[in-house]
Amino acid sequence: MPDLGKYAVEVLAAYGVSLTLLVAITVMSWRSSRRQKAALEATEARLNG
Amino acid sequence: MSMWKYANPKLFMGWTAPILPWLFGAAFVCLVVSLVWGFFFTPDDYRQGSTVKIIYLHVPSALMAINAWFMMLVASLVWLIRRHHVSALAAKAAAPVGIVMTLIALLTGAIWGQPMWGTYWAWDPRLTSFLILFLFYLGYVALWAAIDDPDTAADLTSVLCIVGSVFALLSRYAVNFWNQGLHQGASLSLDKEENVADVFYLPLLVAIAGFVLLFLALVLLRTRTEIRARRLRALLIKEGRSNA
Amino acid sequence: MIAVIKRDLLLAVRAGGGFGLGLAFFLIVVVLVPFGVGPEQAILSRIAPGILWVAALLAALLSLDRVFALDFEDGALALLATSPLPLEALAISKAMAHWITTGLPLTIVAPLLGFLLHLDAEAFVYLFGGLLIGTPALSVIGTFGAGLTVGLRRGGLLMSLLVLPLYIPTLIFGAEAVRRGALGLDALVPLAMVGAITAGCVAMLPFATAAVLRMNLR
Repeated sequence: MPDLGKYAVEVLAAYGVSLTLLVAITVMSWRSSRRQKAALEATEARLNG
Repeated sequence: MSMWKYANPKLFMGWTAPILPWLFGAAFVCLVVSLVWGFFFTPDDYRQGSTVKIIYLHVPSALMAINAWFMMLVASLVWLIRRHHVSALAAKAAAPVGIVMTLIALLTGAIWGQPMWGTYWAWDPRLTSFLILFLFYLGYVALWAAIDDPDTAADLTSVLCIVGSVFALLSRYAVNFWNQGLHQGASLSLDKEENVADVFYLPLLVAIAGFVLLFLALVLLRTRTEIRARRLRALLIKEGRSNA
Repeated sequence: MIAVIKRDLLLAVRAGGGFGLGLAFFLIVVVLVPFGVGPEQAILSRIAPGILWVAALLAALLSLDRVFALDFEDGALALLATSPLPLEALAISKAMAHWITTGLPLTIVAPLLGFLLHLDAEAFVYLFGGLLIGTPALSVIGTFGAGLTVGLRRGGLLMSLLVLPLYIPTLIFGAEAVRRGALGLDALVPLAMVGAITAGCVAMLPFATAAVLRMNLR
């Protein structure tokens, strides 16, 4: 860890908040995609099977 | 017909599938490289101390917040003129990503502001403009959620995006006037136009690239989800009709 | 066009038409502020321009959901859409009716409420002038918002969320004009901006309003 001096809290907070939000939107988008894919494939199987 | 054929939903799913992993990979690499570089291997600023490291998050997210809205504007126009469903769904898909970018810009701006200006929030023209942009994003997403018929929703949100864009620009000018107003010389500005030294500039460029790639990856991913959702809806409606 | 305006005016003035509601709301909000902020004259006098403008904004918002909703529900809107009157003209007429029944009364009453908030004497004329030029923009923008949400059952809250950010430029310049007037400074620039925004809105928003009405009527 570099010497962040007196601003350590601020810098770490900024990084923490940003990375959390980026990870959150990415994970949510992936999950949502998988869910839709599964639902679509299930319905297509049901209608065509 | 040229590039418009790629707007066909089936073709869209086809060409986005293979490039998506590469986009996410490239975004990840750029973000890791730039943030590690900026966090560990750059010096402190003589004025701002170590808080200058926040620049690698604040600037790219602010840029993307604006670019996301601009992309939504273009997609809205394409929908209204050429009625390509992929375009309308891409705009819908981009909005939440834009909201996240705006939030990051606002929060990092506020956190950076506390040691620099002594306050978590200042009605600085730039921060205020982003707050207004955040409100426009919220309204856009709320309108999509409120309308039942997907095509009508696409139409209405497209017009809202266009009108909103005009007012967003107008507000930017108004807010600059408002804060400058009687209080000339408010020099509290995280001014990007200030000459950023090379040692900060290069990792910043890579960070911007990372954010751009992540935005593209997320929008393509989310658009694919919307396309699937639309197809699912169509199938269920057809099934409902044939059972009725 | 005149017929549409006259009809809306009559509907608004009749019992249950909501004509007085906007004014009453304006009064109530302005009265509420000293209770929240304290009765100290210096403070009230400083914030009076902003309070009066924000209260006027909110009061204008109140009567907006009536602009198209009633006609939409009983099918009159669909009929008007097929009439020879272009939807753009309908949009302007509706906005005008809204202004006459809401914006204009607010403008006239505002100086009276200014007394309650110890508004500086020099500022009154700028308050009246600014509102006079600015409230038409509020009506036109509000009509657009009403058109967007006309099909929704509980569209009022969503419409407010959509319309209030669009009011920000008018609010900024309008309130700034009053503040400058109070200090004896030149208020021409902000007043001109209010006028420019109103002119731009009146010229261009009716097209957007007509477009969204068509979309909702499909």
